[in-house]
Amino acid sequence: MSIPFYVAPEQLVRDKAEFARKGIARGRSIVAIDYADGVLLMAENPSSALRKISEVYDRIAFAGVGKYNEFETLRKAGIRQADLMGYLYSREDVTAMGLATAFAQTLGMIFTRDPKPFEVEVLLAELSEDGTEHRLFRVTYDGTLYDERRFAAIGGKSEQLAEALGELWSENMTFDEGFAAGTEAFARAEGRESEGWELAVLDASNGRRTFKRVDPTDADE
Amino acid sequence: MTDRPFGPLPLDIPAPGSSFSDLLESVGAAPKLTLPEGAVSAPEGTTVLALKYDGGVVMAGDRRATEGHLVAHRRIRKVFPADRQSAVAIAGTAGLAIDMVRLFQVELEHYEKIEGLALSLEGKASFLARLVRGQLPLAMQGLVVVPLFAGYDTRDESGKVYTFDVVGGRYEETDFGSTGSGSRLAKAYLRTVYEEALDGSTAVEIAVNALVSASREDTATGGPDLRRGILPNIVRIDSSGLEEMSDDVLFPLAEAAVESVR
Repeated sequence: MSIPFYVAPEQLVRDKAEFARKGIARGRSIVAIDYADGVLLMAENPSSALRKISEVYDRIAFAGVGKYNEFETLRKAGIRQADLMGYLYSREDVTAMGLATAFAQTLGMIFTRDPKPFEVEVLLAELSEDGTEHRLFRVTYDGTLYDERRFAAIGGKSEQLAEALGELWSENMTFDEGFAAGTEAFARAEGRESEGWELAVLDASNGRRTFKRVDPTDADE
Repeated sequence: MTDRPFGPLPLDIPAPGSSFSDLLESVGAAPKLTLPEGAVSAPEGTTVLALKYDGGVVMAGDRRATEGHLVAHRRIRKVFPADRQSAVAIAGTAGLAIDMVRLFQVELEHYEKIEGLALSLEGKASFLARLVRGQLPLAMQGLVVVPLFAGYDTRDESGKVYTFDVVGGRYEETDFGSTGSGSRLAKAYLRTVYEEALDGSTAVEIAVNALVSASREDTATGGPDLRRGILPNIVRIDSSGLEEMSDDVLFPLAEAAVESVR
């Protein structure tokens, strides 16, 4: 009988975290920006088939970076959870806070239990009912949950992006100003131009389902 | 607003695919009804109809629900938006039908979110047929639900109407469809005035007239009640989406329709 090598828990967690961080750093980043009409989500994504941003519920959007199949699994599970709760109870009982907690719990469980952690970081944005202070949540690979204000960034360059947005963000930006701020933040963080945008907004003027994709060619003008 | 605690995400559900009703089933939350032998009495919705026009479709329903010879509800709603480009109307046991509509609405939205693409109009109609078929054991005991489905088909850019029967049969109609107790009267009226390539506002007017016509002889169909302000529910669907007709638009039409049959 072979005896497994003893690995200290600190070492194990450190190794897993490093592994996950490396995976995430290879991917491109995503930002969410609170602007005058709602929340703008911007992902650098040259593909128009594989989506990183998606609708979850009436006022909630999801964005994920890292390994596609892993955040896609999480995205679908999030939609299932939201639709189940909304159907069994009421549509207003589905909140980003509740969903973010579920994402955190799930990612945390996978990080400690599974040999390979998920190499993902996810972002949940929720349009507030009265148009003030939209909610932005960020969940990292180990299930840590962050509550952000005004803007949030995920992915390999998230720290540099958040730093750049800290300087560029101002209150009540129009869509164009928000898009320009996001573009500029990307340029500063990555040191290059974006290779293509995937854009979406949460905007109350879209009716009950506030999520809407925006054609990047419309935003460039 | 309170934030409710969720459990961890349903990651390892045995592959429910993109269907919400399969998901409900797999978590054990699907509606189940086992009835004792014998008939059950519950409020029933009566007349709904839909007709095609040039570039779209109009769907309408009266507001009455009956239980036996009594009026159970005066302002019940029988025409519902199913998603942005289709609507569903119900006749039969109201309680079950409204729940079926709710499941149908969630199903369409769920599929669209999971797949990133809406179902085709035909696909939506097929799914609704499956829901109707699922009700068959209840229908055998008198709790019949028969919906009507209409929407805008983006592929050939036209409105379409689907009718159903109690065993889940699905039929695409070439011009108009109606279901419920007053449907024969409504169809008789529609047959006399319907023509191809109607314009949208004429189609709305015809829908109001057909309901009024049905309500004249079918006691279970509620005509417009101008004094109480009870007007039919009417939606209009075309390439720009679904529009619910406001009472301001409907009131003069209902007034004229009631006047013309006096």
